[in-house]
Amino acid sequence: MGGETTVNQSFRLANAGRLGRAKTVRFSFDGQDYAGVEGDTLASALIANGVHLVGRSFKYHRPRGILSAGAEEPSALVGIHRDAARKTPNIRATVQELYDGLTAVSQNRWPSLSLDAGAVNDLASPFFAAGFYYKTFMWPKAAWKSLYEPKIREAAGLGVAPDLPDPDHYASRYAHCDLLVVGGGVAGLAAALAAAETGARVILCDEQTELGGALRYERGATVDGQPGWDWAQATAAKLAARDNVRMLTRTTAFGYYAQNFLGLVERVTDHLAEPSPDQPRERLWQVRAKRVVLATGAIERHMVFGDNDRPGIMLASAARTYLNHYGVAVGRQIGVFTANDSAYWTAIDLKKAGVNVAAIVDTRDNPAGPAVEEARALGIELNLGRTVLKTGGRLRVSSMTVQAKKGGPERVIPVDALLMSAGWTPSVHLFSQSRGKVAFNQTTNRFVPGDYAQACVSVGGCNGTDGIGPTVAEAFAAGEKAAKEAGTTVRRLSRPKAETSESWSRGMAGAAPGAGPDSKAKAFVDFQNDVTAKDIRLAVEQGMRSIEHVKRYTTNGMATDQGKTSNLHGLAIAAETLGKTMPEVGLTTFRPPYTPVTFGAIVNHSRGALFEPTRKTPMHEWAVKRGAVFEDVGQWKRAWYFPEAGENMHAAVNRECVTVRKAAGIFDATTLGKIEVVGPDAAAFMELLYTNPWQKLDPGRCRYGVMLREDGFIYDDGVVGRLAEDRFHVTTTTGGAPRVLQHMEDYLQTEFPHLKVWLTSTSEQWAVIAVQGPKSRDIIQPFVEGIDISDEALPHMSVREGKFCGVPTRLFRMSFSGERGFEINVPSDYGPAVIEAIWNEGRKHGACMYGTETMHVLRAEKGYIIVGQDTDGTVTPDDAGLSWAVGKKKTDFVGIRGMNRPDLTAGGRKQLVGLKTKDPNIVLEEGAQIVADPRQAIPMTMIGHVTSSYWSENCGRSIALALVKDGRGKIGETLYVPMPDRTIEVEVAGTVFYDETGARLNG
Amino acid sequence: MLLIRCPYCEQELPEIEFRNAGEAHIARPTHIADETDDDFEKYFFIRTNPKGIIYERWRHVHGCARFFNAVRDTVTDRFLLTYKAGEPKPKRLPGVGK
Repeated sequence: MGGETTVNQSFRLANAGRLGRAKTVRFSFDGQDYAGVEGDTLASALIANGVHLVGRSFKYHRPRGILSAGAEEPSALVGIHRDAARKTPNIRATVQELYDGLTAVSQNRWPSLSLDAGAVNDLASPFFAAGFYYKTFMWPKAAWKSLYEPKIREAAGLGVAPDLPDPDHYASRYAHCDLLVVGGGVAGLAAALAAAETGARVILCDEQTELGGALRYERGATVDGQPGWDWAQATAAKLAARDNVRMLTRTTAFGYYAQNFLGLVERVTDHLAEPSPDQPRERLWQVRAKRVVLATGAIERHMVFGDNDRPGIMLASAARTYLNHYGVAVGRQIGVFTANDSAYWTAIDLKKAGVNVAAIVDTRDNPAGPAVEEARALGIELNLGRTVLKTGGRLRVSSMTVQAKKGGPERVIPVDALLMSAGWTPSVHLFSQSRGKVAFNQTTNRFVPGDYAQACVSVGGCNGTDGIGPTVAEAFAAGEKAAKEAGTTVRRLSRPKAETSESWSRGMAGAAPGAGPDSKAKAFVDFQNDVTAKDIRLAVEQGMRSIEHVKRYTTNGMATDQGKTSNLHGLAIAAETLGKTMPEVGLTTFRPPYTPVTFGAIVNHSRGALFEPTRKTPMHEWAVKRGAVFEDVGQWKRAWYFPEAGENMHAAVNRECVTVRKAAGIFDATTLGKIEVVGPDAAAFMELLYTNPWQKLDPGRCRYGVMLREDGFIYDDGVVGRLAEDRFHVTTTTGGAPRVLQHMEDYLQTEFPHLKVWLTSTSEQWAVIAVQGPKSRDIIQPFVEGIDISDEALPHMSVREGKFCGVPTRLFRMSFSGERGFEINVPSDYGPAVIEAIWNEGRKHGACMYGTETMHVLRAEKGYIIVGQDTDGTVTPDDAGLSWAVGKKKTDFVGIRGMNRPDLTAGGRKQLVGLKTKDPNIVLEEGAQIVADPRQAIPMTMIGHVTSSYWSENCGRSIALALVKDGRGKIGETLYVPMPDRTIEVEVAGTVFYDETGARLNG
Repeated sequence: MLLIRCPYCEQELPEIEFRNAGEAHIARPTHIADETDDDFEKYFFIRTNPKGIIYERWRHVHGCARFFNAVRDTVTDRFLLTYKAGEPKPKRLPGVGK
């Protein structure tokens, strides 16, 4: 590629376009340096340098060029590389704005773009027809994953994803408005203008850098006497100056969701040579609009004929945009192949700009009107009632072969660019996403908005309204009406008057004459997925009847461009083959996003440290200073263990476990959920929500409570202290706090609303410090005021209010370790000071800090369950050995009926038991399965699994809890735990491994 | 994102402030412990799961925290009506039937 002549923008015309004498901008493509000007897109700058070959196709690796000048581009996909981490693949060159130093690379080629080894697929293309993958790589089955799929993915594909984390940041905004106008062409501007004048809050967004839409290329239009483009710029400036209007350029409305909720993505820095690190790369706008005006225009369709995909073959409107906006000629010897009028205007503009137009080929026999007349008057050769059969050239189109529609002699006309127009497809994507139903207009042969599902209206090209005059009138009226419906007062406004000299006509859909069912031509329908007219016919012949099936079988319209240029052609060919009309076959569903959206924009701030909130207890920093190692427990960071110098986790946990039972240990238990249940009916409410009896619990005493769901399975547990007749201090599991409160509120609000009870989450209000061990009372004694903490006055399972270190406390005598223990609740802010005081005193008594791992081991030594670890949502109180906690005389509580269902009371349930490995040094794996007979055939009958397993330094052996079928009847029996490398023998035991009588609890 | 009207706050607010709480108008039996297996099954397990109009409970969990009832069309996802917990099933629904 390249050569001296192509790097000098030799296709830039001095007297065309709007970029004028803009600053020169340097860029590179595949390592070759080029120049463009400010205001160029990568595509316009490449064309200015005579470069049309920019990529290789997905499946056949055919050379591909630039089809369009906008967002619909299927072919010109490139990688944009800023640095090692910023390598964005699959960027449409037609929307990438040029900046100084831009580096672009082509994709899906090896070793180079002009010599691509993968092009062998093109020669083998008869084997790659529709459904090829489905049929060919079926056998052997195992080879799909290991061989076929990786190879296919390697050979076919788009760009390569970056392999480093995205260093950019992305912003997010919510916005509300009376009117959201999508599209800033003449229709969108007119609608926004009308609404803005009423004072309505208006947001107008457009994917382009500048507003004006089709006025970029249409030359004959005037609005209020001004040339169309100038009017658009003046109107945009007028709107931008208003306080009630927000103008968002470089912003694509990609999704239309329920109740006028739209997703917009604003590209903030992708056009800048040196983005400021303070700027987000993109900004996601989530807009809720009272009314929406869709002014998304129409997209030109290509002609479907043989070899219509060579570089240099493009949409007529694209060539006109490159000429009239960018001042670039797409070639020097232009061919035109069309089925409607609009391509004539491109030919006319090119001819007037001094570019040679070799011929216009029009499939229509007798086209008439101003466009045809003017082209004829300019001396352009017209070939009416003819078709282009095929094209020549390899890396660039070099000729078109013309023939009469009915056949006959072929004529080869040399061209270096071939411009196509089969007609215009209204952009109903967002309308369809809003769940509106499209209707087929027989006269104009196109789908237009029919029944609306939301408060929106389509105007202009996307509504099938032709011509600038009717478009402006319709859009302005729609803007006024929408503002009025949104609640603003409309005064009489003067409507802009628009005129044009240009004519419009309906065009065609489907294969061009000469590319019909008898033809062997490779006539592409979908350029990005390499789908030809033949593929679609084949799909129908092989039994696909629904257009949705044809789409999936051929992948037509399923590439990143979502079939913007191909859907209607595909439908027309399928309909013709089926012998039905297009509306009978129906259009495929449009889904978000309209154009590709980066993960960055959607994920936004929710990454890294901001992915999820991190919860820390008030004593977190204190524990950090003490050298704690932390573990994640839900959103919480909890101190896991406190290693001393040279200790690994195992050594630290062993030391902590022994120290707690010999002297004492100090533990941060703040993460426990805490709910205050208050009111005259508090005890009655507790009776209904927990299995236990509460009415007779004296104030100052505690009880271990079990909460069930209505189905009878254990939902949560925790120690509950009764502070007064009408006040309970409920604790929940760390992870269960929010759902337990939701569960309680649900019953209180909807089933037991007659109960006078108030529920308050107090989890964040109390810092909780557990002091456990034989020395615990000695350690806390100096700090306690107003509470007698002797064993007699404050026995196990008691609670008192008083002062601790001079601050208010709720002091619990309770234990999750099996030792004499206290849990000291103090207001959160005092937590660090109180734990520091306890620690200083504790050290004198040989106490240690301990973390969650030691807490787990100590409770397992005592057979205390952890809900969610030893239970899994299918465990009843009886299964867990907690029948004693169910009030036998109670007539009602949540779960009372559920837990007596036949299946839950029948034999054969899994029950919680202890396991002792025959070899005391083997620690079982949690989750390991248990079998009765290890010699049985695989798959073995599993009768249970290990739920908790630890090394117990206090017991001098491993200990485990398990759920085993009829486990309590198997105590003393030997069972087996098969592992990949060995089978472990275990003996079923009770759940208590240490201090079975519980003597130590009472001090 | 849907907008849902909280009948207590009397405001239309974004869906993320709310949480669905299953089908509405299923009263917990007063003497639940005495229910037969069949009756308990009907109460606890069987739901209408309609295509079309559903009466369901929602909670304004990130707002006033109240449970309330809503009528929603499961086909269009449209909320037709919301009303306070304890109020009877509305007889007339806006935009449905004649």
